[in-house]
Amino acid sequence: MALSPSPGLRRAAVLRDRPYRLAVPPVSGMLRPRLVLTGVLVAVGAFGLFCWGLALGDYPVSLPDVVKALAGTGDPGTLAVVRDLRLPRALTGLLVGVAFGVSGAVFQTMTRNPLASPDMIGLTEGAGTAVVAALVLGWTGGLGLSTLGLLGALATALLVYALAWKGGATGYRIILVGIGVSWICTSATDFLVARGNRFEAQEAMGWLVGNLNGRTWGQVDSLAVALAVLLPVTLAMGRWMRTLQLGDDVAAGLGTPVQPVRLALLLAAVGLVAFGTAAAGPVAFVALASPQIAQRLAGTSAPPPLVSGLTGAFVVLGSDLVAREAIPGTELPVGIVTGALGAPVLLWLLIRANRAGSGG
Amino acid sequence: MSTTDSRVPRPAAGAPHKPPTGPRLEARGLQLAYDGRTVVADLDLAVPTGRITAVVGANACGKSTLLRALARLLAPRGGAVELDGAALRSLPTRELARKLGILPQTPVAPEGLTVGDLVGRGRAPHQTWWRQWSAADEEAVRAALAATSMTELVDRPVDELSGGQRQRAWIAMAVAQGTPVLLLDEPTTYLDLAHQIDVLDLITDLNRREGRTVVMVLHDLNQACRYADHVVAMKAGRIVAEGPPAEVVTEATVEDVFGLRCRVVPDPVSGTPLVIPLGRHHGDTGGPADAG
Repeated sequence: MALSPSPGLRRAAVLRDRPYRLAVPPVSGMLRPRLVLTGVLVAVGAFGLFCWGLALGDYPVSLPDVVKALAGTGDPGTLAVVRDLRLPRALTGLLVGVAFGVSGAVFQTMTRNPLASPDMIGLTEGAGTAVVAALVLGWTGGLGLSTLGLLGALATALLVYALAWKGGATGYRIILVGIGVSWICTSATDFLVARGNRFEAQEAMGWLVGNLNGRTWGQVDSLAVALAVLLPVTLAMGRWMRTLQLGDDVAAGLGTPVQPVRLALLLAAVGLVAFGTAAAGPVAFVALASPQIAQRLAGTSAPPPLVSGLTGAFVVLGSDLVAREAIPGTELPVGIVTGALGAPVLLWLLIRANRAGSGG
Repeated sequence: MSTTDSRVPRPAAGAPHKPPTGPRLEARGLQLAYDGRTVVADLDLAVPTGRITAVVGANACGKSTLLRALARLLAPRGGAVELDGAALRSLPTRELARKLGILPQTPVAPEGLTVGDLVGRGRAPHQTWWRQWSAADEEAVRAALAATSMTELVDRPVDELSGGQRQRAWIAMAVAQGTPVLLLDEPTTYLDLAHQIDVLDLITDLNRREGRTVVMVLHDLNQACRYADHVVAMKAGRIVAEGPPAEVVTEATVEDVFGLRCRVVPDPVSGTPLVIPLGRHHGDTGGPADAG
């Protein structure tokens, strides 16, 4: 195995993210110490929050016992509480965070704009409209709320892409059209909620805010399967994301099949956010903020997809802990906490974009 | 700039050349259109292999459009661009990107991207999902940085560089791509004169040392004359004249292509044609330029 400093990088410190070449011929790759370090730290942090979340509740379990239960050992009572009652919620939080984080990273990289995350261009709003319509109009077509949310997000994505298409869909058009579609969906949802009776409206609001309460293994399973397929597909296209970042013409000149790759990446990212929304509702701002946080931690020029996903998991799990513990005796929906945390991030991005005059 | 210090006439660009070995780039019966509006109609062009070709013409004459078509960034409405006789559109994307590189006009690097990272991305056509950073990639990047004098700046973010350095960084990326054919769309736009000459000298080095075929769109006729072996003058989507600068850039052609009355005198430094515009206030009506 060869490990050699890359060209011309003599004095650079580790935190300058001096890349190393890793090679076991014919396999080779680039190792960026700061990116790897960030990824490991965020992953450890997310796992810590994951275990902490499993430990808390009416029947407190110590952290060592949580780890034992995860490994399948320990007393049967603890095992049942941790694995049957608490694990679906924690796993949903973890997977939803990863899905939203990766999806946001893809959207932001493709459009070169942090504002183009799926929760800004109407995808989660579209999911919300579909679910609320089913609840209020009382017609679900035999489908569960999650499936309806999934279909809503996919349909919205299709609509945005079709409207933004003009001999190829550019990032800027996707943002503009997406914001318009997002408002249409929000208005439609508001109209439906206003029309519905109190019980239906309350049920709709509970879903719309983003919630991890009462998750089941069924929801975990479908999300896990979606991630198992979509995550490798997305990460495998990472090198094309790096060329697309330089603009369509440069990317095409570097041998990138621009439109097919963009469509595939957008489909994967839409799939991730749709399945995530289906499992937990539109958990606000996670897809917007996590990639931005990951990018700054890792010191990269675009959100790193995998680390963004881990950051998303950290944010969702951490927010869920706050949501459960902030007010004694009351469990807030996780979306309220992420919304409260995310709003300042959005403001900061807008102010920064305005100063830079570059929209991001 | 050293170019004006020296009064010794240098041979016109192109005298010492490696024998041309790169692929032939040709356009046959090319028709190009944007949104149904025809920009280029029935154009034939054979790019001289291993030489520098400059495409000149007034604004909106279709020269950048032609360059985009030569790079397959724009699909022809009719006719074809051929590389070694094979239609460009039939070539696999990656294979084309190993033979032909394009640097669009004023590309924008994402904020925070370092020079080393940008130049490394030029290696994309040579990489696969399992071979993401080979020893050959590393060597190509090192050589490209050295050739463009960017080695010292490798850790600097591209957006913090001066305009001239930034353009060198992008050219380094195209150099690292290692293509025998290099297309450049107005590589000197927005640069001050010293940096314009710097970039054009660099392009000449690449052509002479490595025998790369270069096609570039240039605004400045005098620079086209000095740095190109072959000048293509376009007007309203057609080629009006093409050939060595001394044959193409004449007072009659400049008036036809640019609608500009001028004098053409030999460049005192390179001996190539030097265009002196007349305008309404000078020249024939009795300015000092009339003495020539």
